[in-house]
Amino acid sequence: MMNNVIAIVDLRVVRGTREVLPGITLDVGPGVTGLLGPSGCGKSTLMRSVVGVQEVRSGTVEILGRPAGSKALRDRVGYVTQTASVYDDLSVAENLRFFARVLGVRDLDRACEAAIASVDLDDHRDQVVGDLSGGQRSRASLAVALLGAPDVLVLDEPTVGLDPVLRRDLWALFHRLADDGTAVLVSSHVMDEAERCDRLLLMREGRIIAHGTPAVIRGDARDIEDAFLRLVENEAVA
Amino acid sequence: MSPTRTLAVAGRVLTQVRRDRRTLVMLLVLPCALITLLWWMFADLPGNAFDRLGPGLLAIFPFIVMFLVTSVTTLRERSSGTLERLLAMPLGRLDFLLGYAVAFGIIAALQSALAVAVSVGLLGLDVNGPVWLLGVVAVVDAVLGTALGLFVSAFAATEFQAVQFMPLVVVPQILLCGLFVARDALPPVLEVISNALPLSYAVDAMQELVGAADQSAVWGDVSVVLGFAVAGLALGAATLRRRTA
Repeated sequence: MMNNVIAIVDLRVVRGTREVLPGITLDVGPGVTGLLGPSGCGKSTLMRSVVGVQEVRSGTVEILGRPAGSKALRDRVGYVTQTASVYDDLSVAENLRFFARVLGVRDLDRACEAAIASVDLDDHRDQVVGDLSGGQRSRASLAVALLGAPDVLVLDEPTVGLDPVLRRDLWALFHRLADDGTAVLVSSHVMDEAERCDRLLLMREGRIIAHGTPAVIRGDARDIEDAFLRLVENEAVA
Repeated sequence: MSPTRTLAVAGRVLTQVRRDRRTLVMLLVLPCALITLLWWMFADLPGNAFDRLGPGLLAIFPFIVMFLVTSVTTLRERSSGTLERLLAMPLGRLDFLLGYAVAFGIIAALQSALAVAVSVGLLGLDVNGPVWLLGVVAVVDAVLGTALGLFVSAFAATEFQAVQFMPLVVVPQILLCGLFVARDALPPVLEVISNALPLSYAVDAMQELVGAADQSAVWGDVSVVLGFAVAGLALGAATLRRRTA
């Protein structure tokens, strides 16, 4: 089954006394997959499990046929956390060079310049990250994840708070990467981003309540938000 | 473990320190200023109290400074998410720890070179052993501070808490290292405790260099301090988890 880039079976995650993920099963294929749900529904925990930095209670998470977090995956999965995980006291270029060295990227200069260009930070490459705006910082963080052309990109709310033009450009970037063969998993709590995805996973309270293409999920509802509401209400009735 | 990655971490840490001018100046100038203050305090008194206390201070500085700097910076790595990102990448935990140890070891070498130059050159500290050996002791001492700082940062949730570990971990070692009361004159229980603390050996090494200058005794002390540093790094490595709750 080479179609499944990410395969999760019966994943349970407990944090403290709270069961954040009570047992999720899902598959993610190639293309751009959106993980949508309100904040606090467990999106970040799910993404951390995919990257292999989350302590899990039970279940399996496999990426490209290997257990999440295994050594062979560490330079094949790019990950962007919700807060910009870059060094505030280094410039954009210095951050990228450092992470590229850690990743063992070949042709360091080219890879860094390409990553900076992808997120449109050329004009700020030598600026210290701490002096950048929130949106620019999260783009710097995104650029790090693009280094070394990973096979899988896990992006936790990468477009939050960005200017609409930039948001459009980033979605175009995600699709370009997907066309080149990278599987992209993007989370968002903004339902109107749903239409930009090839496939959707709707999440609520630690469970996947719907999955499929945006058109299928929407059905005869007005939009994805409306479809989400109907799903939740139907569930309450049932 | 990979040397390239270790050096990448060390290079990055050094760039960060270099960028932070105020910290850099404080790291390099403060020890010189404080040792001068110590010399000045005893300037009008008979005897050679400076020769007795100065070496101890040279051993204590790198330890305290690197302990503080490391515990705060690694805590920042933990809370900013950069550590999580690094551990999701092909970076060994030892690469991370040794990178920090190398970077702060280099800074400690510079710091000690200046403090020793001031002590010996300007303030007339009598050193009977080779002066470079003072530097070796200082660097090993700094690595010890780095190792313990890395370790305790795992138990602090905020930078405020991290700083509070100094009175807990560092101050007792300063009190019992022989600077205030000779170690063999301490009450037996305290002497035993003093024997179990790494800073005691660092101060012993410095004092040996200024006094009898028996080099094998100095290397003996240095290896004890190094042993503690390695143990500290191992404990630190155990606190770096790829998977966290």
